[in-house]
Amino acid sequence: MFPTILFFIFAAVLIGAALGVILSRNPVYSALLLVLCFFNASVIWVLLDAEFLGIVLVLVYVGAVMVLFLFVVMMLDLNLERLRREFAGYWPLTVAVAGFAVFAMINVIVVKHLGGAGLQTAPALAANYSNTRTLGVELFTRYAYPSQVAALILLVASVAAIVLTLRQRKGGKPQDIAQQVAVRAKDRVRIVKMASEKKL
Amino acid sequence: MWDWTPIRDWLSGYITPYWTFPALTVVQALIVMIGIILVMAVYTLAERKVIGWMQLRRGPNRVNLFWIPGLGQPFADVVKLIFKEILIPADANGFLFRVAPFLALVPALGIWAVIPLRPEHAFANIDAGLLYVLALTSMGVYGIILAGWAANSKYAFLGAMRSAAQIVAYEIAMGFAMVGVLMASGSLNIGEIIHAQRGLFGWNWTWLFPLFIVYFISGVAETNRAPFDVAEGESEIVAGFHIDYSGMAFALFFIAEYVNMILISALTSIFFFGGWLSPFDGWLSSDSWLAQPSFFWLAPKVFFFMFVFLWFRATFPRYRYDQIMRLGWKALIPVTLIWLLVEGIMVYSHVGPWKGHP
Repeated sequence: MFPTILFFIFAAVLIGAALGVILSRNPVYSALLLVLCFFNASVIWVLLDAEFLGIVLVLVYVGAVMVLFLFVVMMLDLNLERLRREFAGYWPLTVAVAGFAVFAMINVIVVKHLGGAGLQTAPALAANYSNTRTLGVELFTRYAYPSQVAALILLVASVAAIVLTLRQRKGGKPQDIAQQVAVRAKDRVRIVKMASEKKL
Repeated sequence: MWDWTPIRDWLSGYITPYWTFPALTVVQALIVMIGIILVMAVYTLAERKVIGWMQLRRGPNRVNLFWIPGLGQPFADVVKLIFKEILIPADANGFLFRVAPFLALVPALGIWAVIPLRPEHAFANIDAGLLYVLALTSMGVYGIILAGWAANSKYAFLGAMRSAAQIVAYEIAMGFAMVGVLMASGSLNIGEIIHAQRGLFGWNWTWLFPLFIVYFISGVAETNRAPFDVAEGESEIVAGFHIDYSGMAFALFFIAEYVNMILISALTSIFFFGGWLSPFDGWLSSDSWLAQPSFFWLAPKVFFFMFVFLWFRATFPRYRYDQIMRLGWKALIPVTLIWLLVEGIMVYSHVGPWKGHP
């Protein structure tokens, strides 16, 4: 009972925040509402006993990805007026995509599972069931090669992104620490012997 | 902090058992929060005193409490801050400007839910405690970014951007160091991480020494403390992200920073120094009180690392920003990666503390 109430509360906030992401006038608010979306989705996952996925969603998306998004959104000078004018023109595409998503969900729930009657409630979990351990065992035994391949693709992508954007700025003055450490006094300071002035 | 059964029984006479659990949890959370805020208050005084002594000054010694000179200083500061007006700049984004201090403080206090302060006791003994800690520490940056942006000031914004880039960079090294801890104990549960450490030289700091160093340095950088305090950078950008905050709004950022310092100290002592385990465990017979795990073994470890924070601040000059980035990306991350490989080989070949590991 209580989890059901929680589910509906968080699902309502999730939908409201998701609408806010696309409707808010301020891009910073959009990014923050997306953070709220991630939070609510993560709570719903935790309610489904998938605490590993829930926490990792917050860790990766809220903790790292959205921080960089906010970083960029705050730095950019977005021309919202122009974006907003074009926004309404995209409605046929939007309706098509949303229609397909709704159709796919109905297909899964109603057609494949006999109107939800074929859906089984998940079996109750053992008291010492560890979501994290189960996922880890699966990832490192059964799905070891797919996860390795995914990791490799991500590595290639990040290296490529760095190579594409790496440029040596002209006229920079980088320090060479080894050179600085190797400097000896006689390289820099010249001691000049001068005769002292005669007292008049 | 003690046996709650009689209180639970007493409570259940008044409210249904369904509500005793939340009621008790709220009470326990309040006790820990108030305790931490008090420690934080004394910590601000300790900072000024310790740095003062290191620089051959006296530190605050005017406000007496219990006839101890200076002990009343934090409370005098609080009274002053409460009665100051909270100014909101005319061009600031009012809503985010007001929300930002809370976004900084709430994650800092929320992490304490999974920290076991005494043996076998944490408010939320959750399975993925380590991940929860990582997720919430990475949340603290939102308060700083939003404060910098909402104030609509260039100095504040510069501070916020510096802090965001720095925290994201050091989070990676911190996460890798935690992966090492996770490999050593084979669990994400903080209680089990402590239990996996055996004896003074079997605590994680011996076998994971490089990871311990990396973790603590990243922790100092994550809390924006000297020598990584470019987000505040008094000499360059005045006070960084909280330049436009006054009164209690400023104090909330201040509290969040100090609570985070206490937290990093607590986590370092839990992950690498055996938490509430006794250093005499295994040397003295197990029925000796000195060998018993207790809160009184955790506290000195935490206080030591809190002292190290102050020591750093009094000793090191501030890093330049590109040097901070180089240290984070080019020194700390490779160190953790190499040590994870070494540790993996050690675990695989059952040497050291992993002898007899399945």
